[in-house]
Amino acid sequence: MSFSTFRFGDGNPQYDAQGRLRHLLNTEGLREPEMLQILDTAESFLSIAQRSVKKTPTLRGKTIVNLFFENSTRTRSTFELAAKRLSADVLNIAVSTSSASKGESLIDTVDNLMAMQVDGFVIRHPEAGAAHLIARHLGDSALVINAGDGQHAHPTQALLDVFTIRRLAGPIEDRVVAIVGDVLHSRVARSQIHALSILGCPEIRVIGPQTLVPKELSALGVHVYHDLQAGLRGVNVICALRLQKERMESHRLPSLDEFHRRFGLTPERLQWAQPDALVLHPGPMNRGVEIASEVADGHQAVILQQVAYGLAVRMAVLTLLAGAAGGGENHA
Amino acid sequence: MNADWDVTTLLEGMVRDLRPHVDPEQTAMIGIFTGGVWIAQALHRALGLKTALGQLDISFYRDDFSQIGLHPQVRASDIPFAVDGRSIVLVDDVLYTGRTIRAAMNEIFDYGRPANILLAVLVDRGGHEVPVAADIAALRLNAAAGGQIKLRGPDPLRLELLTSPRTAS
Repeated sequence: MSFSTFRFGDGNPQYDAQGRLRHLLNTEGLREPEMLQILDTAESFLSIAQRSVKKTPTLRGKTIVNLFFENSTRTRSTFELAAKRLSADVLNIAVSTSSASKGESLIDTVDNLMAMQVDGFVIRHPEAGAAHLIARHLGDSALVINAGDGQHAHPTQALLDVFTIRRLAGPIEDRVVAIVGDVLHSRVARSQIHALSILGCPEIRVIGPQTLVPKELSALGVHVYHDLQAGLRGVNVICALRLQKERMESHRLPSLDEFHRRFGLTPERLQWAQPDALVLHPGPMNRGVEIASEVADGHQAVILQQVAYGLAVRMAVLTLLAGAAGGGENHA
Repeated sequence: MNADWDVTTLLEGMVRDLRPHVDPEQTAMIGIFTGGVWIAQALHRALGLKTALGQLDISFYRDDFSQIGLHPQVRASDIPFAVDGRSIVLVDDVLYTGRTIRAAMNEIFDYGRPANILLAVLVDRGGHEVPVAADIAALRLNAAAGGQIKLRGPDPLRLELLTSPRTAS
């Protein structure tokens, strides 16, 4: 499925009839109060990582399933750690070892796990809409978090990115943010754009070659640049994207070298942006392609902070959704 | 009884009662959000404690989390000192069921193993549901179940009574 064609059907399955956030499927359609509550709650979880006991009893007795149909190191391990630090039990299921490879359908897999009385699913799937499908199937009976579906959405990555920007670059309401690279294949970029818009970012730019920037982005109020120097001028935050080498149809780019020559972030090109501009990257990085090692390891990069913040943000999301499952009024 | 209690006078009483138990060089103090922090700030100042004041938000430790969910505004707990071996005065505004104090102690023990914890509250209104007792309370009431006693603040601090409890002693 291509970048922009997936739409979830009627209504917004993230919220229940009482307006409580029950699933996190996308930053699109997420309301500002819930987004702020996630970010504020994550602030509280940050300090827990500094303690001698890095756990809270919040999700004691709950079972969370990490259901990953695609490879992931960072996302899967931070979700696992987030659930464990909340005292939940975690079941990790990777596609290569599961019955999905024996032809069991996604819904059958979920139903079998539900028969084991689990409380939530963190799902990554190559098909756009997989998490929505499960959320619609389960309704209120378990929480569902989308950990990346095809080229559609990756909401917790976007939330940890806006959390990083808010903490390290200052108020999002007066920052200029540029997303650079392979926007076309990026579920991260789309989720970032929605999250930044909801939080009132005054100027969101997208920079990349014409073949890797979808035209319909201007409709979202995003400023599109095909020239890195022009696009970086005055920018406070640069979100680099991973070049999706494995998803790349060969005709979209002459070569990786060519991409690096035109859009790779190097120390010299960083100077086109604001002097203190932050550099984010969702990982894993292709060093020497979208980002030079000197930038990735430089003082403006906050890539490892993003990982630490991602843990706190995922703890906040799990807490909020699990709390709503008990009838909590987390929409206040 | 429906008097307006003078919080300043109550705080003076707490300071008097606490003084023999604290060593300003060593003793640490932790307030529980929100009212407990206000009371702790006043006590901390009056007692001249040298260790920075700690603040606890017990939202992640509540025993009713799975029933009522997350408090809409969670603040970050901040214990700016090493808990291990420390004498700690734990401060809250109103002691009612005791469940908040149980949660607070669980959280404190996740920071380390204190030498001892003393519980100081502005009001012990009775109605405890777990074996928790205040070592120091400026006011001890036997409030009717369902009645509400609330500290408003931070400036000025005002103790509000929403039904009429009987004074125990």
